[in-house]
Amino acid sequence: MLAFVLRRLAQALFVIAAMLVIVFFGVNVVGDPIYMLISPEMDQQQIAETARALGLDRPIWEQFLVFLKNAAQGDLGRSFVHGESAIKLILHRMPATLELAFVALVLAIVIGLPLGLYAGLKPESRLSRFIMAVSILGFSLPTFWVGLMLILTFAVSLGWLPATGRGPTVSILGFETSLLSLQGWKHVALPAFNLALLKISLVIRLARAGAREAALMDYVKFARAKGLSQSRIIGVHILKNIMIPIVTVLGLEFGSLVAFSVVTETIFAWPGIGRLLLEAITRLDRPVIVAYVMVVVVLFVTINLLVDLVYSALDPRVRLTEATS
Amino acid sequence: MAPVLEVTNLKTHFFTRAGTVKSVDGVSFRVDRGEVLGLVGESGSGKSVTGFSVMGLIDPPGKIVEGSIKLNGKELVGLDEEGFRKVRGREVAMIFQDPMMTLNPVLRVDTQMIEAVTAHDKVSHKAARERSRDALAKVGIPSPEERLNAYPHQFSGGMRQRVAIAIALLHRPPLIICDEPTTALDVTIQSQILAEMQSLCADTGTALVWITHDLGVVAGLADRIAVMYAGRIVETGAVDPVLDTPLHPYTNGLLGSLPAEGEPGAPLRQIRGSTPSLARLPQGCAFAARCDYAQADCLASAPDVTPFPGERGVRCHHPLNLAGVAA
Repeated sequence: MLAFVLRRLAQALFVIAAMLVIVFFGVNVVGDPIYMLISPEMDQQQIAETARALGLDRPIWEQFLVFLKNAAQGDLGRSFVHGESAIKLILHRMPATLELAFVALVLAIVIGLPLGLYAGLKPESRLSRFIMAVSILGFSLPTFWVGLMLILTFAVSLGWLPATGRGPTVSILGFETSLLSLQGWKHVALPAFNLALLKISLVIRLARAGAREAALMDYVKFARAKGLSQSRIIGVHILKNIMIPIVTVLGLEFGSLVAFSVVTETIFAWPGIGRLLLEAITRLDRPVIVAYVMVVVVLFVTINLLVDLVYSALDPRVRLTEATS
Repeated sequence: MAPVLEVTNLKTHFFTRAGTVKSVDGVSFRVDRGEVLGLVGESGSGKSVTGFSVMGLIDPPGKIVEGSIKLNGKELVGLDEEGFRKVRGREVAMIFQDPMMTLNPVLRVDTQMIEAVTAHDKVSHKAARERSRDALAKVGIPSPEERLNAYPHQFSGGMRQRVAIAIALLHRPPLIICDEPTTALDVTIQSQILAEMQSLCADTGTALVWITHDLGVVAGLADRIAVMYAGRIVETGAVDPVLDTPLHPYTNGLLGSLPAEGEPGAPLRQIRGSTPSLARLPQGCAFAARCDYAQADCLASAPDVTPFPGERGVRCHHPLNLAGVAA
């Protein structure tokens, strides 16, 4: 088990190193940020001074070496716009996004799993067909449109939930969260549902396919032949088998929930990293973009590692192969 | 003595888009206490569906449309799901063909055995575990205490089938339906399992319905035999007379196709053609098209069961070996 974790860690470090190179050069060949930052009345000398102050006058390989040296110390540069450490900016906004993604993930499981199971176990019923039709909508409706419709319905017409922003936050173990108050939940409900919609559809489809397959397996028939109740067969025998692919996919999807919450955060004015990224891109704030991508890469890598570990906990066959290799 | 299982005119049909598949179409048989009935037939003859019908494990589009299944005098046809659940595992158990598939791969053996105990008996977790351990020991699994903590993939095929047998024996049911339980195993393991099943069932007085296509297994194990073809029992009787002097041309053909029967090097005899589609059975005898002895009346009408002495019966207009039966 330890060798397995160490090997995965080494792979993770390699991925991060490769991303550092790609991201730095990728971002630095697009546009010249200096012309976004100066005011129109500056003369050439002032421009050159600003460039020097920001280190933009040096050759790109030198900039990269400086960047690497600083990155090793956890410093990904200062935001051109905010003048603050880019990584600090990202990490400061991170809890809001993580919170949103977490609630969306929980929604995806809590709503998607039972619906998918039902549709898989009773594929002929009318309700199942309805569930599947709705899940197609969940896949195909654009996020921004659904977000606007949600605001129109629940915030504007019904007035049940606030349309934008995040509730009051409390700090727990250094993590800022708004989920401890009713106000916080009211704020998170709409954006989280909007973000979760696609994942709910995904979980429905995965659970349905898994349940349909598992229901035909001999072990389910054998479990019935033992005289087990329907609830135990579904809740233990089928569920534990279909959780393996679902956990794998959802683990990866959590990364994409964080990374692609940009649209949802923009619509609901959620103060997360998605909005920060959008601002950074429009202003060519390179250090923030680089820091954002690096944080997301680290997040993805970490999640992948965790998924591997959970996977081996769920599937005993994986555990054995790793032990013998 | 009242039979353990009495199946009368059982009809299990599958209502598919391609038409009604009459997998089991008027099957009647009886199993006495402690008796072993060999249910023999080719793939698709309806022998497994008969077994699943008794277990109440026929799923839509399949349905028992007619007939009666009496287990210890209790009618099973028409029982609701909860009623059937109480019967399964306690009054009738089942062992499946492929031991690699019957145990849930992600649950430990103890979980799968304990849940089988507590499904019918309200006993403590500890007591259920002890009972499971004893059951494993009884079917010849070494160090059962440790093996309880193992996962199915850590067992060999033969060992898995032993676990399945141990699970089937947990409640000492009066009847166990065995759906080709040794087909997927090596010959040596097969004979071990057969011998053990025989002695375990003799100890507990458990009756068996042994579903198989292997006449060799039936010859060594069963007391009586029922040969199925296209959803019907075409010949039934005590094992030795049926195998020595088969009355039905189909039984005769099956025996003839055993490799051991011919001379070495001689081409194997076959039954020509293949089983008819169960969705479009002919008007006459279902076997007529493949039968060497078929006559005009065989194509015109399906034969009824003709009884013979010694509780033998055959569904044929022109039975063979009549001299052998009379003698």
